Amino acid sequence: MNINYLQQKAAEIRLKVIEGVSSAASGHPGGSLSISDILAVLYFDKMNITPKNPGNPDRDRFVLSKGHAAPAYYGALALSGYFDENEIKKLRTIGSFLQGHPDMIKVPGVDMSTGSLGQGLSAATGMALYAKRRNKKFHVYAIIGDGEMQEGQIWESFMTSAHYSLDNLTVFIDLNGLQIDGEVKDIMNNNPVREKLTAFGWNTIVIDGHSIPEIGAAIDAAKETFGKPTAIICNTIKGKGVSYMENKVSWHGAAPDANLAELAMEELGQQLKKLREVG
Amino acid sequence: MALSTREAYGEALRKLGAKYDFWVMDADLSKATKTDLFADAYPERFINMGIAEGNLMSTAAGLASCGQTVFASTFAIFATGRAFEQVRNSIAYTNLNVKVAATHGGVLIGPDGGSHQAIEDISNMRTLPNMTVVVPCDAASTYEAVEQAINLVGPVYLRFGRFPGDDVYKTGSCPFEIGKGNVLIDGNDVTLIAIGDMVPESIKAASILKQNGIDAAVIDMHTVKPIDAPLIIEYAAKTGAVVTAEDHNIIGGLGSAVAEVLAENCTARLGRIGVQDLFGRSGSKEELKKYYKLTAEDIAEKAMALVEYKRTRR
Ligand SMILES: Cc1ncc(C[n+]2csc(CCOP(=O)(O)OP(=O)(O)O)c2C)c(N)n1
Ligand SMILES: [Mg+2]
Repeated sequence: MNINYLQQKAAEIRLKVIEGVSSAASGHPGGSLSISDILAVLYFDKMNITPKNPGNPDRDRFVLSKGHAAPAYYGALALSGYFDENEIKKLRTIGSFLQGHPDMIKVPGVDMSTGSLGQGLSAATGMALYAKRRNKKFHVYAIIGDGEMQEGQIWESFMTSAHYSLDNLTVFIDLNGLQIDGEVKDIMNNNPVREKLTAFGWNTIVIDGHSIPEIGAAIDAAKETFGKPTAIICNTIKGKGVSYMENKVSWHGAAPDANLAELAMEELGQQLKKLREVG
Repeated sequence: MALSTREAYGEALRKLGAKYDFWVMDADLSKATKTDLFADAYPERFINMGIAEGNLMSTAAGLASCGQTVFASTFAIFATGRAFEQVRNSIAYTNLNVKVAATHGGVLIGPDGGSHQAIEDISNMRTLPNMTVVVPCDAASTYEAVEQAINLVGPVYLRFGRFPGDDVYKTGSCPFEIGKGNVLIDGNDVTLIAIGDMVPESIKAASILKQNGIDAAVIDMHTVKPIDAPLIIEYAAKTGAVVTAEDHNIIGGLGSAVAEVLAENCTARLGRIGVQDLFGRSGSKEELKKYYKLTAEDIAEKAMALVEYKRTRR
C-alpha cells in the first residue's frame, strides 16, 4: 500500500467534491469530505474493480448507503476511470447522468441506487448473500452514516448479515457525530455503537477514518475474519480537509459560493502539492 | 376442489423452480404465502428475512443486482404498505428483477380483519414507474402469471388471494399474456371487466344478465398495468357501458385504471364495483362479499342500471 499515493487520491477526491457541489450550487460537501479517505483506499488499493468493464460479475461491490455523499463517490469513480472527470462540473444538472444521489442505471460504476437512507446496507447484504450462497469470491463494501443508523432498517440488516454469517461484507460507519439538525448525540443518541454491533454478532474495528494505514489495515483484518461481518467504525470529521467546513453542521447540505469554493480549492490544492512534494 | 391463488403460487414456485434459476424470499409468512413449498424443495435458493419487510425488499434488490431473479413475498398490506418506499426506491427506481409477490390481497381474505386486508395495494403499485401489476383470478392463470413474471425482466407486482374461488381456466390451457386482457364471454350490451375473485363473480353476473335479456361481455383484466387499453376501447365502443369489478378500493385500482382509458378515449358510461373507500372487517369470504357488495348480483344490478341509462339517453 502506497500511503502517500492514496493520500493524494483522497485529496483529489476532495477537490472533486468542491468542484461538483460548487458548480451545482447544491449538494452535500460535509459527509462527502468525511468519507474521502475511505473511498481512496477502496478504489485505489483494496477493491477488485474493472472500470472499463463496470458490469464484470466478479468485481467487488460497493454501496454508498449514505447516498447524499455522492460527490465524493463520483470523484472516486471518475478518477478511477469509470467516466470523464469533466462530467463532475455538470453534477445535478438536467443534461448530466450524475444525479443528486447515486443512480445505478445512469452512472457507470454505481452498484446500487441510494439516497433514501437505510436501504443501501440491505442491498449490500443481498449482494453478500448471493456471493455466499453461490461461492462467489467478491467482497461487498458499504458506507453508512451515523445519523443513518437511526433508521430501523439498518438494524434489521445488521441482524440479517450476522444471522447469515456474511463474512464477505464489510461496513464502514462514518462516525462524524453530525447529522442535519445537529449532533447525533443530541438528536437521537446511538452510542455505544461498538457495543451494540458486538451484541449483534459483528466483528468490530475502531479506527481513525482519516488514517490511510488504519483504513487499509482494518480492511485486511476484515477479510481475515470468518463467520461474521465486520464493521469498521470510523472516527471522522465532517467536512475534513476544508477548515471552514470542519465539524460544522451547516455544511451538511450547503454549497460554497464562488469565493468560498476558491478558498477550499486553494487549501486542498496546498495539501495535494505537499503530498506530491514528499511522495 | 379449486386451489386458492396463494396455494397455486406456492405450487407454481415449486414446479418452476426445477425449470428456472430464481430465488424466493419471505418475511416469516412462508406457511401462509405458500413459499414454504419452494423452501422445502430448494432451501439453497430460499431466504427467510424474519419479520422485516422493508429489509426484505431492499435485500431482494441487492440480490437481484447480481443478475438474479427474486420473488419477495409477504402479505399485500406489508409488501406495499409497510415496505412501499423500499419497493419504490430499491426495486422500481432501480428497475431490478424483483417480483413483489404478495398474498392476502383484498377484503375477501376474511377473518384477520381490517389491519390485514389490503385495499390499496394495486393502487400503490400502479403508480410506480417500471412496475407491472398482475392479479390472476385462479390456479391455472396463477401458474402462467408466475412463469411469465419470471420471463419478464423487471419488477412485477403479483397479487394473490387467501381463499379458493371457482376455477375460470383449465390447467395447462389458459391463454395468458401479461398486458393482454382475456375476453371470457363476448357480448354487445355491457362489458364486465374484472380481476381476481371478481372474475368468477362476473361470469355469474353475465348469466344473471342473460336471464334478464342483457348480453354481457366478460373480460379478465389480469394485468392492471400496463392495462390493455385497445381492448377496453374496443369493448367500450361495442357495448357503450362498462362495469369494473375488483376486491380493492374503487379509488386507485382497476376501476380507476379503466376510467382513465375511458375518459381519454370513449363515451361509454362506467360503473365501479369494489370496496367503496372503506376499511375491511372480519368475516367469512361469503359474508364479506355481501357486506361489501362484491357479489354477482351487485355486478348484475350495476350493469342493468348502466344499460337502462344507455336506453334513456338514446
Ligand atoms: C429516509 C431518509 N430520511 C431523510 C433523509 C434526509 N437526509 C439526508 S442526509 C440526512 C442526515 C444524515 O446524517 P448522517 O447519516 O450522519 O450523514 P453524514 O453526517 O455522514 O452526512 C438526512 C436526514 C434521507 N435522505 N433519507
Ligand atoms: Mg453523520
